[in-house]
Amino acid sequence: MELTLERIEQKVGAQTHLYPLDLTLVPRAVTVLLGATQAGKTTLMRVMAGLDVPSKGRVLADGVDVTGQPVRDRNVAMVYQQFINYPSMTVADNIASPLRLRKDAMARNDIAARVNELAAKLHIEPFLQRLPAELSGGQQQRVALARALAKNAPLMLLDEPLVNLDYKLREELRDELSLLFASGQSTVVYATTEPTEALLLGGYTAVLDGGELLQYGPTAEVFRRPRSLRVARAFSDPPMNLVKATAQADGLLLPGGVSLALQLPATPDPALTLGVRAGALRVHQRHGDVALPGIVELAEIAGSDTFVHVLTPIGELVAQLTGVHVFTLGAALTLHLDPRQAYVFDALGELLVAPEVL
Amino acid sequence: MKPVNQKAWFLILPVVLCVAFSAILPLMTVVNYSVQDIISPERRVFVGTEWFKSVMRDDDLQGALLRQITFSLSVLLIEIPLGIALALSMPAKGWKSSAVLVLVAISLLIPWNVVGTIWQIYGRADIGLMGAALAGLGINYSYTGNATHAWLTVLLMDVWHWTPLVALLCFAGLRAIPDAYYQAASIDGASKFAVFRYIQLPKLRGVLMIAVLLRFMDSFMIYTEPFVLTGGGPGNSTTFLSQYLTQKAVGQFDLGPAAAFSLIYFLIILLLCFILYNWMQRVGTADKTEAEHG
Amino acid sequence: MARIDLDLAHAYKPNPQRDEDYALLPLKMSFEDGGAYALLGPSGCGKTTLLNIVSGLVKPSHGNVKFDGVDVTARTPQQRNIAQVFQFPVIYDTMTVAENLAFPLRNRGVADAKIKQRVGRIGEMLEMSHQLDMRAAGLAADAKQKISLGRGLVREDVSAVLFDEPLTVIDPHLKWQLRRKLKQIHHELKLTLIYVTHDQVEALTFADQVVVMTRGRAVQIGSASQLFERPAHTFVGHFIGSPGMNFLPLQHGASGASVAGHPVQAPDAAAMLGVRPEYVTLAAPNAAGAVPAVVTQAQDVGTYWLLTTRVGVDGPVIRARLGAEQRAPQVGENVWLGIQGTHTCYYKDEELLG
Repeated sequence: MELTLERIEQKVGAQTHLYPLDLTLVPRAVTVLLGATQAGKTTLMRVMAGLDVPSKGRVLADGVDVTGQPVRDRNVAMVYQQFINYPSMTVADNIASPLRLRKDAMARNDIAARVNELAAKLHIEPFLQRLPAELSGGQQQRVALARALAKNAPLMLLDEPLVNLDYKLREELRDELSLLFASGQSTVVYATTEPTEALLLGGYTAVLDGGELLQYGPTAEVFRRPRSLRVARAFSDPPMNLVKATAQADGLLLPGGVSLALQLPATPDPALTLGVRAGALRVHQRHGDVALPGIVELAEIAGSDTFVHVLTPIGELVAQLTGVHVFTLGAALTLHLDPRQAYVFDALGELLVAPEVL
Repeated sequence: MKPVNQKAWFLILPVVLCVAFSAILPLMTVVNYSVQDIISPERRVFVGTEWFKSVMRDDDLQGALLRQITFSLSVLLIEIPLGIALALSMPAKGWKSSAVLVLVAISLLIPWNVVGTIWQIYGRADIGLMGAALAGLGINYSYTGNATHAWLTVLLMDVWHWTPLVALLCFAGLRAIPDAYYQAASIDGASKFAVFRYIQLPKLRGVLMIAVLLRFMDSFMIYTEPFVLTGGGPGNSTTFLSQYLTQKAVGQFDLGPAAAFSLIYFLIILLLCFILYNWMQRVGTADKTEAEHG
Repeated sequence: MARIDLDLAHAYKPNPQRDEDYALLPLKMSFEDGGAYALLGPSGCGKTTLLNIVSGLVKPSHGNVKFDGVDVTARTPQQRNIAQVFQFPVIYDTMTVAENLAFPLRNRGVADAKIKQRVGRIGEMLEMSHQLDMRAAGLAADAKQKISLGRGLVREDVSAVLFDEPLTVIDPHLKWQLRRKLKQIHHELKLTLIYVTHDQVEALTFADQVVVMTRGRAVQIGSASQLFERPAHTFVGHFIGSPGMNFLPLQHGASGASVAGHPVQAPDAAAMLGVRPEYVTLAAPNAAGAVPAVVTQAQDVGTYWLLTTRVGVDGPVIRARLGAEQRAPQVGENVWLGIQGTHTCYYKDEELLG
């Protein structure tokens, strides 16, 4: 389904939940809605599904205006955060329910075959005769996913479906979901607060903040070229290092008298912001790097990466290092920054310079 | 531009007709009566707001109103704390919990006129348990002769009848408090009273609003139980508003003033409900936003 | 501040016969005074039960709990002087922030002047000094959790502070700040801290020593680098790291060990070869200790590439992490992956060899 949202606005009483936005989803691809809680992701999904009518604007499905159509008449599947299943029906009945409700009734055998096929895909065959309450969280969510897939709707919406699961389970299910989306024919919309999830799912990303759609495009592109400071903040984990800078003849002047050689376009206001991703800072020097000597304030070990907080002349920076490294608090550490990896934002927060894609 | 299903209107048409016949049309009739002097079924004179004015100045009515307000306030002052105390002492889990719930709810299931009759017999000095016990203790107890005794009996009857409702509502409210709060309080070294004051009572806010609303409205409209018990006596010491109204309208066939007063009565209750309901809504949304962010 | 020694087991039924009857299999563990520990594991592994036994909310069916050598198994949390922070913020709605923080001290009859001083100090530590007179009920979730934490810290004689997945309801971008705050507090106050979580980032960041648990068993206790470099159990290798360790079955033949037909060096007793995706490298064709694989998925995760490959048509899956500046192979490409190195581990019956 090609879903188009034209000048959609959503107001509830005096509060604006969604500012005017236009969005056209690429058919049969995964679109990630990325934003903090209360950014408007759920509100936007509800408008896409037809659960809520937007205060202004139109929703078009394959060119047909469906704005006033109730969700019952649209062909949409939705998966929620809270593992929603029919509590009094077995897993098999849950998965079969959309198949049984279809207008063109399927034969009993066909339904059973499809249920088994989906259960196999989601690894829940041993539980087909159990009630959802008897299953663990991850298994319940798989049942909800199987039910959504059974519907085979052209539009599938998932509202942070993995957020209530254990970290490892989330990783496993996310991998499976990627494969399921790739092999299916539906347009998928997936809401999440975690930038890493957006990157792992790929596809397209729409960044939302405070009810506004900030940027929409292929995920890698939105990540590498955030249009503004707000997008950069929303789409980085750990948060991007941001340092106030001033434009100079040959580059940027940073606090502490540090200079960074860069080609800058002319701007009316010399007050700029330098953005450096945590992964761009290194401990080992390479040719052309700017050295930033500092003191270790905190080292956080996150499984496969270590995040070290260092107080440098230009301010406090967070660097991401692969592997587990142990640092003592207060020890001296020099970080190295390659000027070609710098992001520069102007006084209004718009992107001026982004690192070249290799 | 809303997704509207027009067919729904036809489904509720029968209900609309029923409500129209049983409530709206009679209400219109009452409004009609309230502005007319009905001397006989054939002769009616339009008198405008005269009835409303005379009703407001009527001493008997003011007396009944005062008695009613005193009664409702006393009911609230006794039943709410008592209901909370009862809910706190009821067991939370297991078979004992179910048994106690059933016992507590029994008085709510009794038809109201039977409640009146029970207490009528209960209070008699010759065959009633309470009456005989009090007489045995030397107290000259008579709910038919002594106005204070009649009041106390009516109050006691209402407390017996309706406190369980408050208790059940509070019981449900208490079950909704997660264990972690009690654990945290115990770790903080809080006394039982501190737990009640800082955890249970604030969390019961929503439920108590409902309890206050229900008990106030019901007690303000009370008719059957006091009527069966005392008939409004001795004299008119236990004649509350609804009984007074009925006497005026049915007994004396003073339709005009009765209609006028019914409207005023209706408006008083409507106003109080509106205030309490809005208060509840505000409290309810505050709790909900707390829950969402918590 | 206290040293906590555990020598216990916890079973659902009075006469436990098999492993499944136990919520916590028999364990012996010590938490040093002033140390920061994490109990890490998936849901249902018993970590919350263990925490509740330490705090006194649950009594173990077998064994005892000792604080500084004194048997406290029968004592309540209050008597053990424990502070606990729960999954969702527990605050007293009707009080201000300052009153919330003062509550435990007031209940113990501490003097007003002392209360004011403690509340001020803890408020400053939590960066809530300007919010002290605001009503606690109106604040955001992370502020409320800080208040919950503050109530535990405000008592000077607290023996240990226990955390039960406290960051569950916090926004991802605020989790950073709270994790950092916890570490700073530990550094400053030197309290014994025990933290339960299913999130490896929280555990590894917060704790000096992490107890990895699964199905009622403490599988390994060690520092973050020990758990990462030398997982003692395949579960630890799988659970720590994102993604977890690759486990490749070893076949032993006349000419030595092999993985999917390709020769590797491995001890005779080993049944599995374990290598983390971070240590899998792109190797030259037919290099020693390398296996050929086909790329099935290549994901750009910003700072690195995550490669999923398969050895042969139905061989084992190997995942590799490559730096962002390396050229990432395309899906369908044939690559050679170096799986043997100093970081490779060998396992038999799920336990680490050598």
